[in-house]
Amino acid sequence: MKEEVEKKKYKVPFWKTVRKHWMLLAMLAPAVIYVVIFSYIPMTGIVLAFKNYQYSGGIYGSPWNGLDNFKALLVAGKLGQVTRNTLLYNIAFLILGVIFEMGSAILLNELLGKRFKKVAQSFMFLPYFISWVVAGAIMYNIFNYEKGVFNHILALFGAEPFDLYNTTWAWPIVLIFLKIWKQTGYGSVVYLAAITGLDQEMFEAASIDGASVWQRIRYITIPSLMPTMMILVLMGIGNIFRGDFGLFYQTVKSSALLQPVTDVIDTYVFRLLINNSDIGVSAAAGLYQSVLCFLTITVCNKLVKKVDPDYALY
Amino acid sequence: MRYIKEVQNMAAITAHHKKLPKDQMAVNVISYILIGLFALICVIPFYLIIVASFTDEASLIRNGYPLIPTNLSIQSYLLCLKNPVSILKAYGTTIGVTAVGTLFSVFIATMTGYVLSRKDFPWRNKFSFFFFFTTLFNGGLVPWYMLCVRYLHFKNSYIGILLPLMFSVWNMIIAKSFMNGIPSAITESAKIDGANDFVIFMRLILPLSKPLLATLSLFAALAYWNDWYNCMLYITDENMFTLQYYLQRILGSAEAMRIVAEKSGIALPSIPLESMKMAMTVIATGPIVLLYPFVQRYFVKGLTIGAVKG
Repeated sequence: MKEEVEKKKYKVPFWKTVRKHWMLLAMLAPAVIYVVIFSYIPMTGIVLAFKNYQYSGGIYGSPWNGLDNFKALLVAGKLGQVTRNTLLYNIAFLILGVIFEMGSAILLNELLGKRFKKVAQSFMFLPYFISWVVAGAIMYNIFNYEKGVFNHILALFGAEPFDLYNTTWAWPIVLIFLKIWKQTGYGSVVYLAAITGLDQEMFEAASIDGASVWQRIRYITIPSLMPTMMILVLMGIGNIFRGDFGLFYQTVKSSALLQPVTDVIDTYVFRLLINNSDIGVSAAAGLYQSVLCFLTITVCNKLVKKVDPDYALY
Repeated sequence: MRYIKEVQNMAAITAHHKKLPKDQMAVNVISYILIGLFALICVIPFYLIIVASFTDEASLIRNGYPLIPTNLSIQSYLLCLKNPVSILKAYGTTIGVTAVGTLFSVFIATMTGYVLSRKDFPWRNKFSFFFFFTTLFNGGLVPWYMLCVRYLHFKNSYIGILLPLMFSVWNMIIAKSFMNGIPSAITESAKIDGANDFVIFMRLILPLSKPLLATLSLFAALAYWNDWYNCMLYITDENMFTLQYYLQRILGSAEAMRIVAEKSGIALPSIPLESMKMAMTVIATGPIVLLYPFVQRYFVKGLTIGAVKG
C-alpha cells in the first residue's frame, strides 16, 4: 500500500503534520463534520435493529430485544422477494447501463456532424434533468388506461388497449426502460469525457497505420474506457442491493397488485418505517441491506485487486 | 483542448473533401441512425406532456392525451396562475433552497477535493478513504431518519431540505479528479510567495476550475431542484412544500381537486384536472432545463472521474 511506504519513508510525527498542515485540515473540517454527523453517527444507530424501540428511550436508551426484529422480518416473509427484485433490477440496470452509455459515447465520438452531435446530446440529457415525480407524470401520460398515448397508438393499429397497472409481467420491461432512458445521457458524458481525455495522436497514428474504424474502436477506444467502466461498475456493485427509491416509489405508487414484481428493499423499508412505524423491524431490514452491500463490494473489490490492482476501487 | 478540437475539425473537413473511406462512412451512418433514434425517444415524452398541457380539457377527456396538437387551449395554465399563491410559494422555497444549497455544496466539494488532491498532504489517502467508506457502508434509512427527526429537529424546518443534500462523496471525487490535473507547481510557487492554502484555493485554484464549477453546480442544482424525498420525509407544513413535492401531491387527483376547488371557487366538474396536471409538470420542470445550455460547453471537461486512491 502506498500509505505504508510513505509512512516508512518520512516518519513525520503526528503533531508536526497537524501543525504544518493545519490550514488544510481546517479546510477539510466542514466535510469531515458533515460525514461524521450524517454517516458515521447513524452507523452507530444500527443498534436499533437489536432493540425494542420506545419513544422515551430513543435510539440508545431503548431496551435490547436480541434478534426479535430479525425474526419478525423473516416471519413477514417478504425479505426473499424484495431482495430478489432489488438484485435482478440492479443487475439489469448495470449491464444495460454500461452497454447503452458506453455505446452511445463511442457512437457520439464517431459522429462527424458537429451540430447534430450537440443537439442529440442535449436531447439525450433531458431525462436526466427531471425528478422522478415528473417521470411519474410522464408514465401517467403514456400508460394511463383510458387517456394514455400508448393505448392511442395501439388503437391506431386496431389492437386491444393495454392496462399496464394491472399487468405484472410488463413492469420489469417498463422500469428498466425508464431507468435507461433517464440515465444514459449522463452516463455517456462520463465515458465521452474519458475519450476526450485520451491522446488524440493515438487515433491519428492508428489511421495512418491503416487501422479501420472498427479496429480503432475495438483496440483503442474500448480498452481506454475500461478504467472508467470499472469504477462505475464497481460502484454499481457496491449498491447492488440498494434500489432506486424514486424510480420505484413514483412510478408504482402503492399498488399492492404490482408489489411482487416491483417491491425493492428500499420501498419495503420505507413502508415499514413510515406507514407501519415499525422502527425496530425496518432498522433490521436496513442493516441486512447494508451488510449485504458491504460484503458484495468487499469481495468484488478483492477479486478485482487480485486480477489487476489498477482496476480496484480502493 | 481547443487545439485538439481544431485538429478534429480539420480532420473532419479534409475527410469530407477526400470522400470518407467506406468503413468510416458506415460507422458514421450507424451513429446517425442510432443516436438520432435514441435522442428522439428521449424528447418525445417531453413533447407529449407539453402538447397535453396546452390541450383543451374536454378534448382530453374525450380523446385522451393527444399525439398531435389539436384543440389548443391555455386554460390549464391560466388556472394555475389564477390563484398562484401556493405555486409561487413552492417556487420560492425551491429557488431559495436550490441557490443556497448549490452554493454551499459546490464550495464544500471543491474545497475538500482540493485538499485531497494535494500531493504534499500526507493524510490525503486516509481522508479519502474516510469519506469513501460512507458509500460502502451506512446505517440505513432508519437510524438516519431517527437522528434527523429526533436529535436534529428537521421536522418542518428548511434545514431538513437543505442539509441532507449538501455534501456528496461522488461530487467530491469528481472535484478531486479534476484538481489532480491542475499542475502542483501553481500551489508550490504560491506557497513560496507566502500565500496560505485557503487563499491559494480561492484565488488560484477556483478560477482555474471553471469547467468543474459549472459541472458540480449543475449537479447540485439538479439535486436540490428535483428533491421531493426530503420534503416528503420532513415537511408537513403546506407553506413549505418544494415544487416537486407539490407536484407529487397534485398528480394524486383527489389532492388536485381539493386545491383547485378551494383556491378558485370553480365548481368541481368543470375543473380541467387532466391538462392541469400536465401544465403543473411543465411548470415544475421548466427553469432547471434552461440551465443546461449555459453549462453544456464545460460539461465534458468538468466530468472526469478518477480513482479514490492516489
